[in-house]
Amino acid sequence: MNNKDLLNLIDITVSFEGFLALNKLNLNLKKGELRAVIGPNGAGKTTFLDVITGKVKPTKGDVIFKGKSLVGRKEHKIARLGVGRKFQSPRIFENLTVKENLEISVTTPKSPLNLINKSIKDEQLNEIERLVKIVNLSQKVDSKAGSLSHGQKQWLEIAMLVGQKPDLMLVDEPVAGLTDEETDLTADLLKSLSGENTVVVIDHDMEFIRRLDSNVSVLNQGTVLCEGTMETIQKDKKVIDVYLGRPED
Amino acid sequence: MSPNKIKFDKKIVLSFWIILIAFIIAAPTLLPVFRLNLLGRYLSLSIVAVGVDLIWGYTGLLSLGQGIFFALGGYCAAMYLQITSSSEFPNNIPEFFALYGVEKLPFFWEPFRSPVFTFFAIWIIPALVAGLIGFLVFRNRIKGVYFSILTQASLLVFFNFFNGQQKLINGTNGLKTDVTQLFGLMVGSEAMQRVFFWITAVLVIAAWFFAKWVVKGRFGNILIGIRDDEPRVRFTGYNPVLFKTIIFSIAGGLAGISGALYTVQSGIVSPQFMTVPFSIEMVIWVAVGGRGTLLGAILGAVFINYAKSLVSEALPASWMFIQGGLFILVVTALPEGVLGWIQGDGPRNLLQRFGLKRKIETYPSLEVNNKEGNNE
Repeated sequence: MNNKDLLNLIDITVSFEGFLALNKLNLNLKKGELRAVIGPNGAGKTTFLDVITGKVKPTKGDVIFKGKSLVGRKEHKIARLGVGRKFQSPRIFENLTVKENLEISVTTPKSPLNLINKSIKDEQLNEIERLVKIVNLSQKVDSKAGSLSHGQKQWLEIAMLVGQKPDLMLVDEPVAGLTDEETDLTADLLKSLSGENTVVVIDHDMEFIRRLDSNVSVLNQGTVLCEGTMETIQKDKKVIDVYLGRPED
Repeated sequence: MSPNKIKFDKKIVLSFWIILIAFIIAAPTLLPVFRLNLLGRYLSLSIVAVGVDLIWGYTGLLSLGQGIFFALGGYCAAMYLQITSSSEFPNNIPEFFALYGVEKLPFFWEPFRSPVFTFFAIWIIPALVAGLIGFLVFRNRIKGVYFSILTQASLLVFFNFFNGQQKLINGTNGLKTDVTQLFGLMVGSEAMQRVFFWITAVLVIAAWFFAKWVVKGRFGNILIGIRDDEPRVRFTGYNPVLFKTIIFSIAGGLAGISGALYTVQSGIVSPQFMTVPFSIEMVIWVAVGGRGTLLGAILGAVFINYAKSLVSEALPASWMFIQGGLFILVVTALPEGVLGWIQGDGPRNLLQRFGLKRKIETYPSLEVNNKEGNNE
């Protein structure tokens, strides 16, 4: 652990009635880093996000974010500390318009009193305008989010994530169900976000991960199998065995 | 909820309001006393329906226990009226106490000597009780059908408690208000009932505007967000417990006002206000009128209750079947309620079915805004 790290997961163990979803997982993230996390089904990728965001409490171990322990904090408190999450299938508010969805994400402070008696600040409106341009939804601002296409929903959720201005963005399968073109645009978008933000991307899509051009952590059976660039992990024998599949002799 | 809300011309809206206000002012002279009194009662019920719409239609909390807060408001009003009209009775306390040999006024009646205290108690006490119940339930993340069962169980607890306390609040007999005096006038008198009708009409409109204000902006959007995907709201940094407690408390306060107005116009408050079917009926009014429309809740409460009294006069004992049928019809054919159906695509679909209107050939959004179509 060192001071430049934004996030440290220390010996995280999560046990669901005896089944170890995560087993002594250790992972460190530097500020501004873009990190891809891959792994076969059941490797614990989503549980890993659940632990950071407070949805699941680890049986053992600690999560240190900006020097503070996140274990035992409520989800909304963790979100306010600066951890944002995009879900696997797009989770947006379908009965609200694109603009209203983004309002929910950019609004601060997130207290009932602020929401009920103050109107939205100008800089927040500007931020919404900026975000809809980035994700190409300018024409859809007043449409119900439920009427968007799958790709547009994914992008709206990414825009909502960015609008929250989190220090750490956790992005779960952002390109599931997207066209190749949309996948490329998403990769570029995520790359452009890193540097200023710290981004963790979870995905299966190898082409997409390659395009991110970042460090990769491979999870298997609840623990980190290997870390390094795409080239390194592709040559790693353990990874080939469990994930990429042994080339046929 | 509806994709394309109907926008009325300003002139139409203005004339609607003028007619409405004229009717409210003139109603006491137009309607016979009996009908006026019924209308006043049903209007007061529409206030509790607005509360149900806020918590159920917007926030997704199906409470089957709104009768608790309704009755609490009614009891607050009735206790004040009983105590101010008790000067000629033994010990200067309400008459019923003598039946049970109670000679000293129970301590919690004392503050109700004050009209100012009562004025606030009518809505603050139910709101606080609702807030407390709500907070405990929401904090433990109890939702969905478990929340409904819990509210119904609380209703039964309150019902049994009030029903059994003869020495404190006259138990199952309840507290009568029609023979009490308010500012020197008999509450049950025609003049007084006329005033109550006007107060009720004004408060219904006030409750409607208040509820519209609550759901208008980002606060209302968060409520909808909680209804549709609560964990997502949580991960965005909002505390749903707080929002749900606040809106449940508001609905409780509205129920209290509603109960007080209903009590003074029906002449009695009793534990019957806390029976299970009555609280379920409140939900039916909103379901039929239209969830998440507010106006639908008001219209649903007034029209269903009016229908109930008309049907009961003509065909006694048939109302339960009609009400049940109505509920089934709405759940199966009009899940958005009558107003939700009108505001949505309902009328257009109906006209199309009879060939009176051209069918749309592509996606509705493309048909309506062709300009946007080429943007993809």
